[in-house]
Amino acid sequence: MKNKKLFISLSFLICLLFSAPNFAVAENQTEEEFKAGDVIIEHILDSYDWHLFTWKGHHVGVNLPCIVFNDGKCYTFSSKVFHDNNIYKTVNKTNSEELVFAIPHEGKYKGKIVIVNADGTQKRPFDISITKNVMALFISCTLLIVLFYLVTKAYGKRGEKAPKGLQSLFEMLIVYVRDDIARKAINEKSVDKYLPYLITVFFFIFTNNLLGLIPIFPFGANITGNIAVTATLALFTFFITNLLGNKEYYKDIVNTPGVPWFLKFPLPLMPIIETVGCFTKPFVLAIRLFANITAGHIVVLGFISSIFIVAKISMAGGIGMSVFSLILAIFVDCIELLVAYIQAYVFTLLSALYFGMASKEHHHQE
Amino acid sequence: MLQEVARAATDLAPLAKLGAALAASIAVIGAAMGISKIGASALESMARQPEAAGNIQTSMILAAAFVEGVSLFAVVVCLLVAVG
Repeated sequence: MKNKKLFISLSFLICLLFSAPNFAVAENQTEEEFKAGDVIIEHILDSYDWHLFTWKGHHVGVNLPCIVFNDGKCYTFSSKVFHDNNIYKTVNKTNSEELVFAIPHEGKYKGKIVIVNADGTQKRPFDISITKNVMALFISCTLLIVLFYLVTKAYGKRGEKAPKGLQSLFEMLIVYVRDDIARKAINEKSVDKYLPYLITVFFFIFTNNLLGLIPIFPFGANITGNIAVTATLALFTFFITNLLGNKEYYKDIVNTPGVPWFLKFPLPLMPIIETVGCFTKPFVLAIRLFANITAGHIVVLGFISSIFIVAKISMAGGIGMSVFSLILAIFVDCIELLVAYIQAYVFTLLSALYFGMASKEHHHQE
Repeated sequence: MLQEVARAATDLAPLAKLGAALAASIAVIGAAMGISKIGASALESMARQPEAAGNIQTSMILAAAFVEGVSLFAVVVCLLVAVG
């Protein structure tokens, strides 16, 4: 009863902050406005340096190396050269002329390193720079390797005894993937072929989803929200399904059982539909994971940006807004935890289903 | 005259953004209707047969993820239109 009154009075006081007048209107008009759209997009996309914060106008962050190839020669330099919209001039190693690297701000190659030719045209070189997402992938994969090594060592030491600590956490998840995902979808004979990939992909997606939610330095990069990463995972599933598929799997694509003959001859409608389906399935896998994770990040970033938008109008209102925004952002972050697990589960389950369909045992037609 | 027509044509860019925003909202309506039907039938069948609740819950989450994935297709297309 006392707490309820305290809560109501505190909320009232916070709402009062919205009505505080802003005396610094004239000054604010000369400051740059806060473009929420640009800030959000910048946090979602990959970048050549890991920007931590801006201290008194200086960028503070980790300047990651840029590695590009031009005419077979490799050029490495720190991404520090591109700060403040600078360009980087170096010597072309094949013909000793000047070679200009730049990051354009609009056009087809916006945000990516290009070579600016003498006549102004842009050419995109072969670019294997260590960008923010690549660095974050290194960090999360190292974390996964260390964790799994510890778990394996624990199994070696403890043998048949009950698991303890880290081992019990991983055993719960691994047994869940093995029994409730793999063994339910794939027949007994072929499960062990696919199980290592399924466990790997489940933990990879789950860990990267979770680490993307932590805003503190070495985590917080939007890896699984990068279409290249999800497309690669979906390609793995696609290749494993089709390279390890049964002859029966391919026969079912060309000659689907239970379908009347006029859909297969003279116009092979059913085989076309099945083949198109064979390609759309991994495509959908990639898009589903990418869109879910990116949408979650955009929502959280939108809530935090709303604090700054209101603060530009009135600083006191910004303080009041930050209480509401933080509560909502924490709520959405909890949903994001759930989504992180569900997306990993759905990706693994669908991969297991495709593997199961590709390695079905032959049963006699009735 | 032709220049005015060309200018009017490029003035349609805000209209594209309006279309993208509207389309994203319509996609969300579709997803919400689909997922609510899934949830409603799952709850009903869990009430009819509580022993099968675990199975039903798993299937419900799976089907909801599919429906949400389809609506996120639309959101991705709208994002592409809005920022490009």
